[in-house]
This record gives sequence, C-alpha cells and structure tokens, in this order.
Amino acid sequence: MQAKRPSRRRFLKKSVAVAGLAASPPALGATASAAEAPPPAVIDNNSLDAVLYGRRSRFVTITREIEGRSHSTTPRIRPTPQRPSARTPLAELVGGITPTSLHFTTQHYYGIPDINPDEHTLMIEGLVERPLVFTMNELRRFPVVSRICFLECIGNRPSPRAETVTGTHGRMGCSEWTGVPLSLLLEAAGIKNSAQWVIAEAASGGRHTKSVPMEKALDDVLVAYGQNGEPVRPDHGFPLRLVVPGFEGIYNVKWLRRIKVVDQPYLSFQEHSRFLTPNPKTQQDSYEFGPSSVITTPSGGQRLSGPGPQVISGLAWSGAGVVTGVEVSTDGGRTYHQAELAGPVLPKAHTRFVLPWRWTGEEATLQSRCLDEKGQLQPSEAEYARYWDLTRGQLYGTIQSQLGHCNWVQPWKVGRDGKVTNGLAPVDVVVDVHG
Amino acid sequence: MARLRMVWLRSTWWLTCTASVVLLSVAADAWGQEGQPFAGLGRPPSDAERRDVLVDPDGRELPIGSGSAAEGVTVYARRGCTACHGPTGSEGPAVALVGGQVTTRTNYWPIRHWPFAPSIWDYIRRAMPYDRPGTLTVDEVYAVTAFLLYRNDLIAEDYVLDEQTLPMVEMPARSTYQIPQAWTLETPRGFEIVPEH
Repeated sequence: MQAKRPSRRRFLKKSVAVAGLAASPPALGATASAAEAPPPAVIDNNSLDAVLYGRRSRFVTITREIEGRSHSTTPRIRPTPQRPSARTPLAELVGGITPTSLHFTTQHYYGIPDINPDEHTLMIEGLVERPLVFTMNELRRFPVVSRICFLECIGNRPSPRAETVTGTHGRMGCSEWTGVPLSLLLEAAGIKNSAQWVIAEAASGGRHTKSVPMEKALDDVLVAYGQNGEPVRPDHGFPLRLVVPGFEGIYNVKWLRRIKVVDQPYLSFQEHSRFLTPNPKTQQDSYEFGPSSVITTPSGGQRLSGPGPQVISGLAWSGAGVVTGVEVSTDGGRTYHQAELAGPVLPKAHTRFVLPWRWTGEEATLQSRCLDEKGQLQPSEAEYARYWDLTRGQLYGTIQSQLGHCNWVQPWKVGRDGKVTNGLAPVDVVVDVHG
Repeated sequence: MARLRMVWLRSTWWLTCTASVVLLSVAADAWGQEGQPFAGLGRPPSDAERRDVLVDPDGRELPIGSGSAAEGVTVYARRGCTACHGPTGSEGPAVALVGGQVTTRTNYWPIRHWPFAPSIWDYIRRAMPYDRPGTLTVDEVYAVTAFLLYRNDLIAEDYVLDEQTLPMVEMPARSTYQIPQAWTLETPRGFEIVPEH
C-alpha cells in the first residue's frame, strides 16, 4: 500500500495540514502490514506456547499503529529509539472491547517502566486521618469491582483529515478494568473535611501527576490491577493504574504510586496546558468527554466490494454515561437514519452501532452522530467551530491540547469506484501563538 | 450522596474511637480502627516515604533547604542537565528551560509561564534528572531552581531560594491564573448541544 515511511518532519507537516488525500498517510495502517507481510509458512497451532497463552491465526496480522511525534513540542530525546506509543487499529476491530494488545497507549517523555509488583506500593496521604501504604497483595484484599469503559486521549483526533480512522480516532480503546474503588481506599485512610481534590502520581520517570476532583474520586474511579481479565500490561500501567471513567485520558495515571488528598489542584508539568489556557471554555471542558461517534466500516483507506448490501458500523461513546442513540447519514448529513445499538450498551463505554445499507454505486458521504443519556448531541464541525469562535483554519491549527474533546462528526466519502476517503474538506491551518 | 456517606462513615469512626478510649480497650493502631472493615490493611508511611513530598503550588510543604543561582550553575553542569537542555538551558535538544513561547499546540508550558514557583521545584525534585529522577538533594533542587528562575529573569543572581523565599517569587502568569472550579456530578459541560425535538 505504502512503500516508505514518511520522515517525522514530513509526518508532522502532513498530518496537520492540507495534505490532500494523495499525500502519504500518517503511518502504516494495519491493512498495509497485512498486505505486506505474508503469513509465516509454518505456525504450529498445537505448540506449547500456543496452548499455554493462546495465539491468533497466522492469517490475522492486525497490529497497532506506531505514533510519530504526536506533539510538535515533544522533546526529541527518547529513552528508546522509537517512541513506545501506538494507536488502536479501529477499522480492523469488531465489537466494543479493544483487545489489550491492540489498545492504544501513549507515553509522554518517558518510556514504559519495568516494575516488580512485589516491591510496588501505593501511598494514600495528605488530608487523611491515617496515611497508608498498601502493597499489591493488600490491595487485592479489598472488595473488587470491574468497569467496562472507554479510555481516550485528550489528543485524540490529532489529524482529523488523516486517511484512515486509526489516523483520525486511533487514540482510544475500551477495556474491562478491575480493581479497588478509590473511594474504599480513601475511606480506609479517612479523608478530612477540607479535602477537595486528589493528586495521583505515577512511578514512571516523568512522575506524571494529575489532579482529580474529589467528587469524581468518590464516584466511580478505580485503582485497577486488571485489564480484560488479566494483570494490566506494562504499557497500560502495570502493576497498578488509575481509571477515571469518561474523563480525559490524562487523568488515568499509569504505574500509580501515590494518591495525595489535598484542598486544591496541584498544577504539575502536564496539567498546565489545560489549566492555564487563556480560554476559560477550555478549563470548563477539561473533565468528561462529550458525545462522540465514528464509522469504522466503511472508513478511510477501505474499498467497497461493489454495489449491493453493505453494512455501516462504528463506535459511539460519551463521558456523560450511556449512549442512547446513534444516527447515520449516507448523504453528508442531509438526512439521518437511526442505527441499531449492537450492545452491550454500557455507561462511558464504546458502544457498537450498525446500520444495513444498500450501496447504489453512486458517490455517498457516510457519517454518524451520537446522542447520550444527558440528552447531548454530537456536534457538527461548524457547530464546534462556532462554539469556540474559530475559523476552520484556526480550528485545525489549535485542536490538540488547547481545545481537546474534538468530537465533531467525521464524514467518510465513498467514490464511484468504492474507494473510501476522508470526507472533511481541505483546510489551511493557522497556528496561533500567544503569551 | 457519596459525600454524605463519607460523612456518615467519619462519624461512625468517631464513635468507635471514642468508645475505645472510654472503655480503655486495647489501643488500636493509629491507622486501623476496630470495627473498620479494612483495618489492618496498609501500614503508615516510612520516614523516607514521608520525605518524598509532593509539594503544593503555594509551597507550604516545601522542605527546609536553600540554594542560589550561583550554586545552581554547578549543580546544573555536575548533574548532567546540560546533556538534554544545553549549556545554558535554552539549546535543547529537550525542551527549552529558558525563554520559550506558549503556542496553542504547546503541550507543556515554558517555566516562565508556570504560575507557581514551588511547582517548578516540585517537578525538578520528583522527575529530574531524566535518567535518575529523584536523586537530587533538597539543596541541589533549590539551587537549580534558582538558576533557572535567574536565567528567566525572574530573580536576581544572588537571590537565595529556600522554603520561605521560593513561594514569594513572583511569577508573571500568576495574575492570569484562575483556580479550576471543582467538578461535581452536576457540573454541566460547557459545550452542549441539546436537540430541539
């Protein structure tokens, strides 16, 4: 599909900017690797390894898509030659749960630590009656809870005009997370009256810290040691991570080593960009994600087999709770049809929607919009730009960390040849500088 | 609801505590009251864990110590900061510690745009140096913080930073910073579209 990998610099330019559809896609897609790598000649499905831990068919070669430098400001120094961050290959997946191996992962500035769970502890301190340090074994002696919820990077939609859905929406996934409700640990430590926030700290090199409002901490936040039924993987925070359902990904602190109960947010390194922006609207929307959806089949880079019965399918989600409905349009938003929610339909979780469709062979523009349990509707690009008072150029120049929650409708254009491309019109990017 | 429940739990603990004292029963460990379902799980932090402080933006939790920009130059070089941030803090290849602009695509803020000076101390103490985080001494962190604040024209070269003076350093971004509103379950999103039907 694509012969060479674009250089980082070119990647940055093209993924943000104009990049017509003729330009190189941001990275190799799963379909590309499937096409390029022939199945290994001999794989013994009866081998010991396959029996002990299971193995997918040699005909299945879906992989995550390695991230380039996602932020133009990311330091070039890396502990490893390649940044260990990758996107979920959304177009290749079915159902609502993202397989752990294919769940997106983002590392900021530091690599993935190698933590011995026997030595790992979690400290609860600050405005509590009894500061406590728990071992992993002790945490497992608390009542256990599982929640299926989506996890999305605040920087999802880094290149809305990317060729594939992995390029446009690949920084999200949905897992079953298992662990101790944070409220129980706070109860064990006894929070004081002045407590308003908790600060979660990671054990990784960057000591990522994030301030979580107390009411959320006591509501549905999990201190998770399990993901999809097995121990959390190293790239997802082994042995322990915070899961803050529905909130921006940055709240979900991996390699969790400390919870400090405090009376104000703590504003460390990664918090500034959200809390200090001159736009008060950004601050207001720096918690839960709004309603969103995207069609994954058919989506950019795919080709319809031919006129006749097709199925339109995708994912819908909302940080506010349950997805109550998804509407799909095949004419660029002029008319919408109610799609079926394939279920299970769970709060703050990816919800699969499906709509049977008969393709006539004519050009079509497919898009979806989500309605959530708070009665909020996923915005169009124009509605989004109007709220933020931005031109399209500004919108696509400012999206990443300053706005976030880039949940406007994603159109896919089907050509007469069946080829599916990104339906968002080209745009000249404006990058603002302030301060 | 959750709040109410916590308040209720607190009051039952109080009752348990008071009852224990009144009955002169065996003194429960300070961190695990009797009758509390999770009593016995967890231990109090060690001295080392208590010293591993996460400092608040106002600097109330800064440990005792001091350092100046003059000392900071040495620390900066000796501890290998130059390898990533350049000889004077602005050459890179990692993020510029001196100067720097905030753009709408910036994912971090140059330190002169941080609203609270103690946060800079806190971050350096916990996360630096890159390959050996947490290994700087308290005084070294004060010194290298002073060096960076001096290089950003925020303090004089001979200004000695300590747990008293660091919180008093005037950061230009402080005046425009607003403390985020605490989120509650009822907090609406700012951007909401509710269909008319």
